[in-house]
Amino acid sequence: MADPVVTSHHAIAPHTAAGATVEITVDGRAVTAGAGEFLIAAAERAGTFIPRFCYHPRMKPVGMCRMCLVEVSGPRGATLQPACYVAVADGMEVVTTSDKVKKAQDGVLELLLVNHPLDCPVCDKGGECPLQDQVLAYGPGESRFLEEKRHWAKPIAISELVLLDRERCIQCGRCVRFANEVAGEAQIDFLGRGDLVEVNVFGGEAFSSYFSGNTVQICPVGALTASPYRFTARPWDLDQVESTCTLCAFGCRAAVQSSANRITRLLGMDSDPVNQSWLCDKGRFASEAVNAGTRLTEPLIRRNGVLETASWGEALALVAGRLSEVRTEKGAGAIGMIGGARLSNEDAYAWAKWAKGVVGTDSVDAQIGDGLPAEVVVSLPRATIDEACAARCLVTLAGDLREELPVLFLRLRGAAVDHDLAVVELTPQSGSLTRYTAASVAYRPGEAATVVRALAAGGPCPATVDPSVWAAAAAALGRAGDGGEGVVVIIGRPSLAEDGALVADAAAAMAEAWPSARFLPALRRGNVMGAIDMGLAPGLLPGRVSLDDGRAWFEEQWGAVPEARGRDAAGILDGLADGTMAALVMVGADPLSDFPDRTLAAGGIEAADFVVAVDGFLSSSAAQADVVLPSSMSYERSGTTTNIEGRVTRLSQKLVAPGQCWPDWMIASDLAARLGGDLAVASVTEIWDEIERVAVSHTGISRSVLDAPAARDGIVAPLAAAPVSLSRRLSPEPFDPMATPGIESVEIQGAPPRAGTAEPPTGEEPITAAGGAGLGAAHSGAAQSGPAQSGAAVRPRPLRWPQPVAVPAVPATDSYSLRLVAGRRLYDGGVLVGACASLTPLVAPAVVRAHAHDLEKLGVGDGDHVRLRSGRGDIVVAVAEDGSLPRGVASIDFNLSAAGATGNGSTAAGAGEGGVSALIDARQAVVDVRMETP
Amino acid sequence: MAVTDAPRIVTSRLEYDDSHTLERYLATGGYEGLRKALAMTPEAVSHDVDAVSLLGRGGAGFPAGRKWSMLRKAPTSYLVVNGDESEPATFKDHLLIERDPHQLVEGVVIACYALQVTTAFIYIRGEFALGLERVTAAVNDAYGHGAVGRDIFGSGFSVDIVVHPGAGAYICGEETALIESLEGKRGFPRIKPPYFPAAIGLYGEPTVVNNVETLSNLPWVMTHGAAAFSALGEGRSTGTRLFALAGHVRRPGVYEVEMVKTTFRDLIYAPVLGGGLPGGRELKAFIPGGASAPWFGPDQVDLPLGQDEVGAAGSMLGSGSVVVMDDSTCVVRAAWRITRFFWRESCGQCTPCREGSGWLEKILRRIEDGTGLESDLDLLMDISDNLAPGVSWPPQQTTICVLGSSIPSSIASAIRMFRDEFLLHVKDGACPFGAGPHG
Repeated sequence: MADPVVTSHHAIAPHTAAGATVEITVDGRAVTAGAGEFLIAAAERAGTFIPRFCYHPRMKPVGMCRMCLVEVSGPRGATLQPACYVAVADGMEVVTTSDKVKKAQDGVLELLLVNHPLDCPVCDKGGECPLQDQVLAYGPGESRFLEEKRHWAKPIAISELVLLDRERCIQCGRCVRFANEVAGEAQIDFLGRGDLVEVNVFGGEAFSSYFSGNTVQICPVGALTASPYRFTARPWDLDQVESTCTLCAFGCRAAVQSSANRITRLLGMDSDPVNQSWLCDKGRFASEAVNAGTRLTEPLIRRNGVLETASWGEALALVAGRLSEVRTEKGAGAIGMIGGARLSNEDAYAWAKWAKGVVGTDSVDAQIGDGLPAEVVVSLPRATIDEACAARCLVTLAGDLREELPVLFLRLRGAAVDHDLAVVELTPQSGSLTRYTAASVAYRPGEAATVVRALAAGGPCPATVDPSVWAAAAAALGRAGDGGEGVVVIIGRPSLAEDGALVADAAAAMAEAWPSARFLPALRRGNVMGAIDMGLAPGLLPGRVSLDDGRAWFEEQWGAVPEARGRDAAGILDGLADGTMAALVMVGADPLSDFPDRTLAAGGIEAADFVVAVDGFLSSSAAQADVVLPSSMSYERSGTTTNIEGRVTRLSQKLVAPGQCWPDWMIASDLAARLGGDLAVASVTEIWDEIERVAVSHTGISRSVLDAPAARDGIVAPLAAAPVSLSRRLSPEPFDPMATPGIESVEIQGAPPRAGTAEPPTGEEPITAAGGAGLGAAHSGAAQSGPAQSGAAVRPRPLRWPQPVAVPAVPATDSYSLRLVAGRRLYDGGVLVGACASLTPLVAPAVVRAHAHDLEKLGVGDGDHVRLRSGRGDIVVAVAEDGSLPRGVASIDFNLSAAGATGNGSTAAGAGEGGVSALIDARQAVVDVRMETP
Repeated sequence: MAVTDAPRIVTSRLEYDDSHTLERYLATGGYEGLRKALAMTPEAVSHDVDAVSLLGRGGAGFPAGRKWSMLRKAPTSYLVVNGDESEPATFKDHLLIERDPHQLVEGVVIACYALQVTTAFIYIRGEFALGLERVTAAVNDAYGHGAVGRDIFGSGFSVDIVVHPGAGAYICGEETALIESLEGKRGFPRIKPPYFPAAIGLYGEPTVVNNVETLSNLPWVMTHGAAAFSALGEGRSTGTRLFALAGHVRRPGVYEVEMVKTTFRDLIYAPVLGGGLPGGRELKAFIPGGASAPWFGPDQVDLPLGQDEVGAAGSMLGSGSVVVMDDSTCVVRAAWRITRFFWRESCGQCTPCREGSGWLEKILRRIEDGTGLESDLDLLMDISDNLAPGVSWPPQQTTICVLGSSIPSSIASAIRMFRDEFLLHVKDGACPFGAGPHG
């Protein structure tokens, strides 16, 4: 089903024969351009900057601003043509500096300023404003306009995050096009006619898109400003580094800007294989959490039931002492560690080495019960994001991607709308991607694998599925090869009320039916993929190897590894609750908010003999700890992070952490020493060198490879073979001076036309991982290069599919119960959103959605309150009718508050209290609830 | 030959009060052209239309036959009827829509048959409430009569017609803006290339967009034959054309006259046509083809009403509107009124048109109000140059559509022909014709 909104007849770039080129002349110079390329892009690569406002390389051209008019030869002589949508043709002669062009540029700029308020001194955009810069470089110098300018009420808040100043607007339509074309949410559009045309939202409707911040970034004037940044800084006072957003696991590249050791804003960088210049609003604006006054700045120790400040020495000694006691009394296996997905790869590795190599416990889990079995994640053949977008058939079995991995949603939506990506969605409830799918196959929680097996076998349509949907799904899958060639599967957690093992079972069914299919994990939490790669999962060691496969190797590297496979997060909490385990280390983890089963989380923390929290905030879980250690957060550390496709990118430090915060690796290192061990690392770079040396999935990804200019988009692990081919960038630089932030870009767009200064397109830029000058240490090489170390142990191999999946039994539902679905929302009750004043108003209250049929049975409707009761507890929430849900299903989004929680035995206060986590029983494969009037 | 001797091709039924009804239409030979067409091959019908040199009657004067021949072969294609007649003082399609809707419907079906298109859209200007009602009724009656719908007159050919009202935007008369509007979007003209909807049009499919009057000629061409049509007019300008005559004439109205054989003098002065200027006043200037057209002076009144003849003289027959201005007319006010229209109707997409129209309007109003400067004349011409480089004819464009490059026509004409009158406004600090209403 094509997107009914976007039927534009223009593509982002015209269709071109691959590799075909044409010869054109730009200002007398011969230039080779790609056949069908837009003139503006071809000229730019050849070093001639043609001024522009409305053109954006990631959106379809509209030719509205007319700033890019240049003289182009044609059958009727040279005429002024817009370079942004005229395609190059062989023999085309282009003049960008003639008097006629100059007159047109003068004219357009003078006309743009006719109604522009020229309030640059009080405008946030001043100093980085394309209008300002291009008027200076190309404009007439003074205005002949005498009349009064157009006036509008200003600024008007069009959402909680975005303010609109219509007087400054130059009607380039970038925001309008982004909202409609890229985000698929036409919430901002042109109104009116003539010079009274305005950009605005539709009467009374908010600009509620999760991607609204991108319109602020690409606005070429100060018409759209973001409330968190407004009036906080001047561009020339900002300092910036290039880094990766770690709010979710998609890995968007961003310019992180700060002033006076405070984050001022994030701007999306154009990473072609990943975010293509966009960010979601959570990633963009939740960065302000690091500035929050509620950050932990000193270690805390519980004395007489109250957390009091303490010195690092005191706190670390206490932690080491208590953990030693537990280890002595009950064994290392009595110590569990939850968390790690908020860390860098290096921090995660340090904690993994600490837990598995020093403490000796394998009960370590970076996933907080909201992910998938780690062995399944690391062993399934992995797809990249680009491969997912170019799949012959994409199958999704995941939560609502716009809520979980927002920019992945943008990429997939774009592929579906513009490139005919056929999507088959398997989901218990419709979501943001549903309207772009070829088929959305609904399944009841617990039945995913059954539906998948029937679909893969070309079997008859199950009774619960619409036959036309079934046929459409079969047709879409028919695009792929018989062995699943061209199939990419996105697997995540469609519902937190359904055991992750059930998703793994469905994935196993697909891997079996389509041996050539590839998988892209939709795990959402920050650096969860890096944490798993570094061994923060039970049964795994760094490098995606199993405990058993890697035992000999890591005993040689680390000295020791745990005897037996440990427990996952649910198992740890269970063990604490029943006394088989005694101590809990929470590393950037808040199980009370984030673990699906709040009762179990609360019970485990409550029952633990000793709890230590390493965190940036005193989360509801950290508040229960015996010792709290303040750690650095994103933007306060350097290192690397890993996204869902395994892409390793650089994290750059921008801030100095407040107070006495320590980086995690240092905490782990110190605690290791106090426990009689030695992590044997003295810096983040040393840790990376060790990772590259011992983690077989990361072999060859040395610091020098990561630092290579061509690796700005990161390196996907594992390297297939040497030499390494890095992805080609769009152009020498991702060039949109108005979208690509930074001081450099301001200089570029403010410069007069340059001739012949830019380098030619780079194309594929090979980096030799083995033997290349200065690239990689001596031991670098492909994984199969065998033992290169002095030791005897053979390098283990990363886990390969198939892996066993323990499938829990799914009980039959009774006709009085509703099967629970717990999806996710982008803005939830998590600790980071809670620390951002600009995002907290966007957190919606929890509601239960169900089919009208099920609501009518109880005689309730929209807005009424009901009591939901499971075997675990009960909550009271408001009701909303949702015809897209199957009958017999109740859906509540996770980690949102509702009134009236009485979860069994829960005493802790937390953001998600009264939410769906009070109903979920982690020991059950699925959760059935009864709906009652309260 | 008298100016009224030519046959009336599209206005033959207007003497009847019930000319819009199916009964009257059938009683006066209605749908006979369609029956004849259906008995021919589609290619033969197309060939006839190409042969008679039926120039588009909407404004650009593009030959209908050539436009049809450009239609890209595709499984789905559309015919769109442009009934969004909105240019000031242009009201000829208005008459055909209200008074002879069946003739339009028949023309649409003939065109669809020739093009082998099975879906047509008639886009009617939103303000034409009665026209909308009558075209809708005509389409419904034609379905009942078997002239539209499944298996027309047993020929096996089928066509569906959708009538769609505009929402009051002049720009939606631009064919790509009209297509956007039909698709339910804001009426922004599309960027070119693609230059013709015949390649990529409505819903991305090949589309022919024809004017109401153009299609209304087809029944006559079918019943009377191509030769009879070609015998009228001269050169490329064959047949008759409707002219909406307005301004300072005794008998304003819509007149169907033979092309080329009739002159502007005939149209303005012939007793059975315009009947001359009222009160014995002198002709000062006239607009030969709608608000977008450069003006002519009294010395050009003997030009024939032919597309190429008028084009060679530096203007156009355009939308078929002739506005006569006598010696009581203030040309500054006239230029301002026309510019104000374009300012209000600019879609706001391209910078030069959006900002330039408003600025030009402000300057003209300032001059008319007596607060203009002598330098404003150069300023007007320079801003005009930014909309239509060279301010020449035919105009060059800096904008997506021709609305922007049309704005300078009246301004440049007025300044070039009546520079002294502008300077008098500046020197006297007042309009020499007295303050007029600004409404």
